[in-house]
Amino acid sequence: MSSVRIIDTTVRDGSHSVAHQFTPEQVATVAKGLDEAGVWAVAVGHGDGLGAASRQYGFPAYPDEELISAASAVVQRARIAVALLPGIGTKRELELAREAGASVVRVSTVCTEADIGIQHLALARELGMEAHSHLNMASVADAKRFAEGGRIVSDAGSQAVYIVDSAGALLPDGVRARVNALREVLPPGVAIGMHAHNNLSLAVANSFAAVQEGATIVDVTLAGMGAGAGNCQMEPLVAILDRVGIDTGVDLWRAQDLADGYVRKELMPGPIDIDRFTGTLGYAGVPASFLLHTLRAGDRFSVDPRKIIVELGRRHAVVGQEDMIIDVAAALAAADAQ
Amino acid sequence: MSEPTSKLRVAIIGSGNIGTDLMYKVERSAVLEVAGVAGIDPNSDGLALAKQRGHPTTDQGLPDLLKKVDRIDLAFDATSARAHAAHAALLADHRIASVDLTPAALGPAVIPAVDLDENLDAADINLVTCGAQATVPIVAAVSRTAPVEYAEIVSTISSYSAGPGTRQNIDEFTISTARSLESVGRAVRGKAIILLNPADPPITMRNTVYLDVASIESEEASAAIERMVEEVAAYVPGYRLTAPPLVDDGRITVLLEVVGAGDYLPVYAGNLDIMTAAAIRVAERHALSVVVA
Repeated sequence: MSSVRIIDTTVRDGSHSVAHQFTPEQVATVAKGLDEAGVWAVAVGHGDGLGAASRQYGFPAYPDEELISAASAVVQRARIAVALLPGIGTKRELELAREAGASVVRVSTVCTEADIGIQHLALARELGMEAHSHLNMASVADAKRFAEGGRIVSDAGSQAVYIVDSAGALLPDGVRARVNALREVLPPGVAIGMHAHNNLSLAVANSFAAVQEGATIVDVTLAGMGAGAGNCQMEPLVAILDRVGIDTGVDLWRAQDLADGYVRKELMPGPIDIDRFTGTLGYAGVPASFLLHTLRAGDRFSVDPRKIIVELGRRHAVVGQEDMIIDVAAALAAADAQ
Repeated sequence: MSEPTSKLRVAIIGSGNIGTDLMYKVERSAVLEVAGVAGIDPNSDGLALAKQRGHPTTDQGLPDLLKKVDRIDLAFDATSARAHAAHAALLADHRIASVDLTPAALGPAVIPAVDLDENLDAADINLVTCGAQATVPIVAAVSRTAPVEYAEIVSTISSYSAGPGTRQNIDEFTISTARSLESVGRAVRGKAIILLNPADPPITMRNTVYLDVASIESEEASAAIERMVEEVAAYVPGYRLTAPPLVDDGRITVLLEVVGAGDYLPVYAGNLDIMTAAAIRVAERHALSVVVA
């Protein structure tokens, strides 16, 4: 029986949907429940990764180290994972996260810019962490160019390469093509992972497609809580994988209880689904993490957020460029005023 | 080339894109002239171009250029941080001041529109980073009016304009840029973010400056920022606001873009152009101070 490692990112990617205001108590509750449910790792911290406390992405209620410590204090088996986006976070923050108890890092770069994470992958290995690579904005490069990024990070010591569909814009065929292209360039020991967003209602389908092609790590969230229209929902994915005989180590009922009993009731700010705004993110290929910033800018400049999102897509905005939302909204408002 | 000259003679170390753009800009200057170009790659396009244009060249690096060329008044270093450390020592032996476009950060951080006058005599002028050149002036402009408690900048550049130096040392870029927001921009605390965008056709360099200021009148802040943009644009013609400054209860947001002059580098590479333009500004100020002296 083959197996898949499940990494839950409810209290990392889900952080976007609450403007990074999670408390250590909330993080500990989720981490403890996930550990008992049997996930391989729990991702923790600011939605935009270590060192992202900023005007650009939002100041969190608690620093990353406190959230990491809170999670690592309550887990027995599950690893604690953090995200690091080079250009935003630095090696220093990775060292602090390691001291606080993180043992897995996903170094996240735009898929075409994989080389900017080489020094961080090297540090992670030096610190004895699992060094993984999130190649984000997977929809901006075709499978061959995407896989080039995989080659760069695996040469740099990365132990897993993820297809990160930041915009929730990939279709299942595109996911399959990228897994296969990665497999061709990666050494057999380097795992392939999938990180999906649900902006086009394909997060679970895309994650399953990735596993069918050979991916062995999937990023999920409880109840699908996450940026934009949310992430790959853990409960149905675990059920599907169980149905086809793939072992995840996750106790489905425990995961469901945590999702329905805690996440939906206590953690989610409201329904996270495909509405006119989150759906437009997937349609236009714009990062899911832009959602709340775009709604705020729409409000501030009296512009339909969909107009902002479509224009951001036209300008090829990538993960991290939240400031371009203001730029675009100001420009659209000025054009409207004329 | 043999007649005596009153122009400031500038040596260019490094024959890559930056060095070649510097060469074009020096040629255009009324008060500067190219003393020579030093490279280390005999097949470099930059050296071939320099030779074609009648400048002394060498593919044996700075030591050889120093032997070949009689008079060098100032040197631009467009190589690498490691190479610059060796060049700086050699230039100091020859009493030649240098303008450093690498991330070596040996000399005082200089942003021409802000602190050139007090650092003009420095043996090694450190131009920090493109992000610092584009954003520190705005921080400094506001600091002169009201204390800036926090300055955060985001620089986004085209992937096509990010060389291996930037890519392999991205932490150093953010850290030294953040430091200059404090040391030169006079913010109490600085933070810098750099992003690469792979769009094709390539995007123009854009910068966002977020400032937290205890108390400032909206008109006063906007006027200070707009004046500073004009001052920078005097030596970086493509430097401009993309929207009027947004001032909201002590929180200021400034959106800027830098379109390159297109001398040798493509116009989208405003991030490189602002570095070479800043170097030229330093050299021209040197030239004028020599004339005055």
